Amino acid sequence: MSNLLKVSSSPHVRAKDDSSIIMLYVIIALMPTTLFGIINFGIRALLLIAVCITSCVLSEFLFEKAVGKKNTIGDLSAAVTGLLLALNLPHTLPVWQAVLGSVFAIVVVKMLFGGLGQNFMNPALGGRVFLLISFAGTMTHFEYDGVAGPTPLTSIGGGNVNTLDMLIGRTAGTIGETSALCILIGAIILILLGVIDLVIPGVYILTFSIFVILFGGHGLDTTFLVAHLCGGGLMLGAFFMATDYVTSPITPLGKVLFGICLGVLTGIFRFFGNSAEGVSYAIIFSNLLVPLIEKITVPRAFGISKEVKSNE
Amino acid sequence: MNKNLERVYNGLWKENPTFVLMLGMCPTLAVTTSAINGIGMGLSTTVVLVLSNMLISALRNIIPDRVRMPAFIVVVASFVTIVQFLMEGFTPSLYESLGIYIPLIVVNCIILGRAESYASKNPVIPSMFDGIGMGLGFTVGLTLIGIVREILANGSIFGAVIAPLNDYHITLFGLAPGAFFVLGCLVAIMNVVRRNMEAKGKPLPAVQGCLGGDCSGCSLSSACTGKSLVHKADEVPPVDPKDVAKPQAVPTETKQTANAKNTEDVEKSGSDSSYADDIAGKEEK
Repeated sequence: MSNLLKVSSSPHVRAKDDSSIIMLYVIIALMPTTLFGIINFGIRALLLIAVCITSCVLSEFLFEKAVGKKNTIGDLSAAVTGLLLALNLPHTLPVWQAVLGSVFAIVVVKMLFGGLGQNFMNPALGGRVFLLISFAGTMTHFEYDGVAGPTPLTSIGGGNVNTLDMLIGRTAGTIGETSALCILIGAIILILLGVIDLVIPGVYILTFSIFVILFGGHGLDTTFLVAHLCGGGLMLGAFFMATDYVTSPITPLGKVLFGICLGVLTGIFRFFGNSAEGVSYAIIFSNLLVPLIEKITVPRAFGISKEVKSNE
Repeated sequence: MNKNLERVYNGLWKENPTFVLMLGMCPTLAVTTSAINGIGMGLSTTVVLVLSNMLISALRNIIPDRVRMPAFIVVVASFVTIVQFLMEGFTPSLYESLGIYIPLIVVNCIILGRAESYASKNPVIPSMFDGIGMGLGFTVGLTLIGIVREILANGSIFGAVIAPLNDYHITLFGLAPGAFFVLGCLVAIMNVVRRNMEAKGKPLPAVQGCLGGDCSGCSLSSACTGKSLVHKADEVPPVDPKDVAKPQAVPTETKQTANAKNTEDVEKSGSDSSYADDIAGKEEK
């Protein structure tokens, strides 16, 4: 009976979901991509994934132990960071570099700023960019079927790309980025579970498509467009990293602005930058803009007119 | 402690320009890609700092207050030009690698800061030792950052290759972000050491916002209310951490009241007795 008489302040309707459940959903949604990556690239990919997850969880545990903070590895966010980081690495990367990237992602990008919910930048992408700048050689060395070669994104200029292969993922690239199909399966799982909504990825992909048509130099060439959408880390970034709760805006209009920023920046980096890939930089750069985006898109509270607000 | 030695100690540890005062960050972050660059930059700054401190101190009664900044800059720029030509002649490789940052020593805020806050108010000899202390503190800071960055980015130390590190070069530490990471880590280590020393009963003077409690050297001195004009410019006694916590509460008779800019301050100084009791109670413990 006492349950019926409970008095508390709002919110009165509570969901059972907490951080660890959400993170578990994300891990489940990443499983198709992960399994495909292991099948595609072999046992070395599995090793890297295991190493990244272990070192992320371990460094979070040790850091919290060292500074006397509450142990938070139970919320699985470190495991998700490790998994996402591993999916963003080429399977040939030396193990010590993967460990270093994981430690950087967790300790510098996440824990030093206050842990889950306080990080201003996606930890997995922070780790990836750290590795990309530090070890440009090994981070851009891609092998497929034991043969070193360019990723589809780098060879797009030559025109010889097989979009079906790119959709399924039978190409060179990082462990998790090659198969657009598997990523889409995971994204549908996340959307059905209500973990992410379509606004950010939708606006991102739409803006980027428009950018490709306008500035890509191929006009309305669908092959070129599909190759750019399925190539590189765009799908993985759009659905799994741009939608990170901590580093994306919460206001409805802010999400749209964030998506537009991502699309335009990715386009600029891919077509006018030095490197073939631009998704990581676009996402972490937009992460930095999130506080500003949220500031200018605060929704008007019900009953308050614009004049009153501006007079404040 | 001997006053001159105290100045050197002050620059090296107590008010280390790199790790405590956080001055001169531009050369600190830009040139410390290797240990030899750090030491070269630090030493050339030291030379300029010592000479300009001495000359400005000698001229301190001649330079009119209104034009002191242009006068200081002319003095510093002269010495920087001399140092620049000497380096170009005798250490061409170092000159090449430091590049634009040698002429930029002219506007290094450590040099102008020491001229403004110390040399222009003190005799020549203490000013010289102040320059030596600050300059060496800067050199040590830059060299430490340079050593760490060189080991991590190039796997070498002072140009000597460390063979086991051949396959483990982290390019990031040779770039600007790496400089920030290394500086941040070294400052953190320094703070830990300082805190441990304080815990062992050797209270180090905490830097009091502006110039280590030495408000007499501050150009904002007349407008600032958070000061205690009890210290003479030439000797800065160690500031007790308790004073830092309550800068207003130092029960020093009339000066404090005279400085009070508004009623709030008067009220505070009116209740000095209770603060004095607090402090007395703490000191007994």
